[in-house]
Amino acid sequence: MLSRRTTASAAIAGAAAVALIATGCSTATDPGAEGGDITLTVATFNDFGYTDELFAQYEAENPGITIVHNRAATSNEARDNFFTKLGAGSGLADIEAVEVDWFAEMMQYSDRLADLSDPAVADRWVDWKTAAATDADGRLVAYGTDIGPQAVCYRADLFEAAGLPTDRDEVAALLEGDWDRYFEVGQQYVDASGAAWFDAAGAIYQGMINQVEYAYEEADGTVIATENPEVKQIYTEVLTASESLSAHLAQWSDDWFAGLSNGAFATMLCPGWMLGVISGNAPDVTGWDVANVFPGGGGNWGGSYLTVPAQGQNIEEAKKLAAWLTAPEQQMSAFAAAGTFPSQVEAYESTELQEATNEYFNGAPVGQILIERSQAIEVAPFKSVKYFPINDALQRALTRVDVDGTDTIDSSWELFVADVNAL
Amino acid sequence: MSTVTAPERSVRRVAFSQTLSRWDVKVSPYLYISPFFILFAITGLFPLVYTAWVSVHEWNLIGGQGDFVGFDNFAFVLSNPPFWIALRNTFSIFLISAVPQIILALLIAAVLDRNLRAKTFWRMGVLLPYVVAPVAVTLIFSNMFGDQYGLINNLLGDLGIDPIGWHSEVLPSHIAIATMVNFRWTGYTALILLAGMQAIPRDYYEAAMIDGAGTVRQFFSITIPQLRPTLIFVIVTSTIGGLQIFDEPRLYDTAGQGGASSQWMTITIYLYNLGWGQLNFGRAAAVAWLLFLIIVIVGLLNVVITRSIARAS
Repeated sequence: MLSRRTTASAAIAGAAAVALIATGCSTATDPGAEGGDITLTVATFNDFGYTDELFAQYEAENPGITIVHNRAATSNEARDNFFTKLGAGSGLADIEAVEVDWFAEMMQYSDRLADLSDPAVADRWVDWKTAAATDADGRLVAYGTDIGPQAVCYRADLFEAAGLPTDRDEVAALLEGDWDRYFEVGQQYVDASGAAWFDAAGAIYQGMINQVEYAYEEADGTVIATENPEVKQIYTEVLTASESLSAHLAQWSDDWFAGLSNGAFATMLCPGWMLGVISGNAPDVTGWDVANVFPGGGGNWGGSYLTVPAQGQNIEEAKKLAAWLTAPEQQMSAFAAAGTFPSQVEAYESTELQEATNEYFNGAPVGQILIERSQAIEVAPFKSVKYFPINDALQRALTRVDVDGTDTIDSSWELFVADVNAL
Repeated sequence: MSTVTAPERSVRRVAFSQTLSRWDVKVSPYLYISPFFILFAITGLFPLVYTAWVSVHEWNLIGGQGDFVGFDNFAFVLSNPPFWIALRNTFSIFLISAVPQIILALLIAAVLDRNLRAKTFWRMGVLLPYVVAPVAVTLIFSNMFGDQYGLINNLLGDLGIDPIGWHSEVLPSHIAIATMVNFRWTGYTALILLAGMQAIPRDYYEAAMIDGAGTVRQFFSITIPQLRPTLIFVIVTSTIGGLQIFDEPRLYDTAGQGGASSQWMTITIYLYNLGWGQLNFGRAAAVAWLLFLIIVIVGLLNVVITRSIARAS
């Protein structure tokens, strides 16, 4: 009897001791506190073009620094992770990559990010890139990585079969003008070939809405998406045109990827990073080319930033690394690795970028084309807190009509209005 | 005196140790099983109660707790069409997957229960799909179920049948998702049922054989009734799992939101979109509690129905 009791109480005492030690330990350790070696974590998604060699170079130049790179598969995954840990107040990497799509949402919590403004990096980026990353208090909280100036990608072989010009300068001249011109040429192509002109209504809409400064929200954040006649007009215009011109493929779906290589459509709106998507997913097609033109002027689609969360342990070192990663030389090596177009003013003057060509796109001078396309960008759309969910709801409205065929233009719009009201 | 004090002392000592041993008998068993309940209270009960607390407040993922709003979050969710669409989808996918799955698993288990050559090989074989990561399963299947260039629609086209809108239409998308679920879980369910079947005394079958009962008759008159506890277990667990289905519908397309008109948006996806999409944890918590209540109700219904069916047969 006695011995059993002693065992039981000993076990309880033991468990309590273990628990005490466990809690004691977690408060006692303080990583990175002892001087010298510092480990910096960098979290990105998709492909930023940050190679192991690039990080190794920084480590060699800065003794005592070790870099750990975590790469999430998609931007959505990175967003979930970012907001969860920002809310928890711990667990974020020293440097976190952020995409423009959810950048405005993040800017609401800019006080949880370190102030990165520094005379050394002033005037480094194109104006609108810096303006977007500056909060109401004038703090610069993010360093721009890439931007997405758009051109038009086209299948030269399909153009030839349909009797359209194939040379990229002639194609640029042919498509020069507004969106009506783009749809008009598209109709010619469809009449001659019987195939589709572009991939999806959603993609074209994205190109058009990015040319509107205040689409869904006014400068003070008031939601105007459902009343703004411009939005409704673009929506109706795209869906009316896509009835005969669209391949009815939802972007990023398996069908859409298949369409890239089997000639389901002849043209696509092409931000710099899209070149890598095409060449990576349709490696056997030889007809893809890129023309130095964009309907209705220039347009930007996508691009990312690097931030340094204030919860980090090594803010100063992280800031240095972020500045280095977004410096012209490193942006150029990222462009070479993944096609992410630099957001740096200085990079545009480098001969390396100006002379960059892309073999897959029949040796097109992509560097020169994208520089000119980025100079054509006139409007930086205003994206406030609700931009992402509203745009998402509108994309679904387009998909219902263009891809699924389950709704008419009007009934789908009504659902969109209901979606926005429920936000 | 000494004869009086000595027993007194010894009585007192006996009395104390008796009290202790009475405590030992009474308290120790509870102490021994307490780790589970302590763990459950921390990891199960606390989140449940805390979710209820969150659900009656305005709550942002990052901003944290806001004003107390009572049942406003529940009212919003219940008056919002997407919730009911999600409920419909969840039950539809659950029924399309669970019913054929359990029937198929029963048949597979019955076959595996017989005298086969290389038994272990076949038994391990049915578990193989379960080992495949759900992400891989969904990648392969959503490719097969492509609307325009998918394998299945190509085959249908060769047979002269119109392509089916696996992503655009409601029922086909549910069938496609149920197929993925069944691919993964049928073997697993079959093995649990097989374990139950193995416990049925062989004498019953011998007696039935002597009485001239065929395989089918044996299956319905011996296997099914004897399998009752295992069947109840399988049905209840697959109900809980089925109503919480998330991986397959979320990975069915790249947007992960359950389709442009919510064709295959389940309750958990709706919850996820509210919580991590709109960062509105108050509403998400309300959905979580509604889902919890639905699962409890359906689980109880299941037990009642399964019991009465088994008793009747």
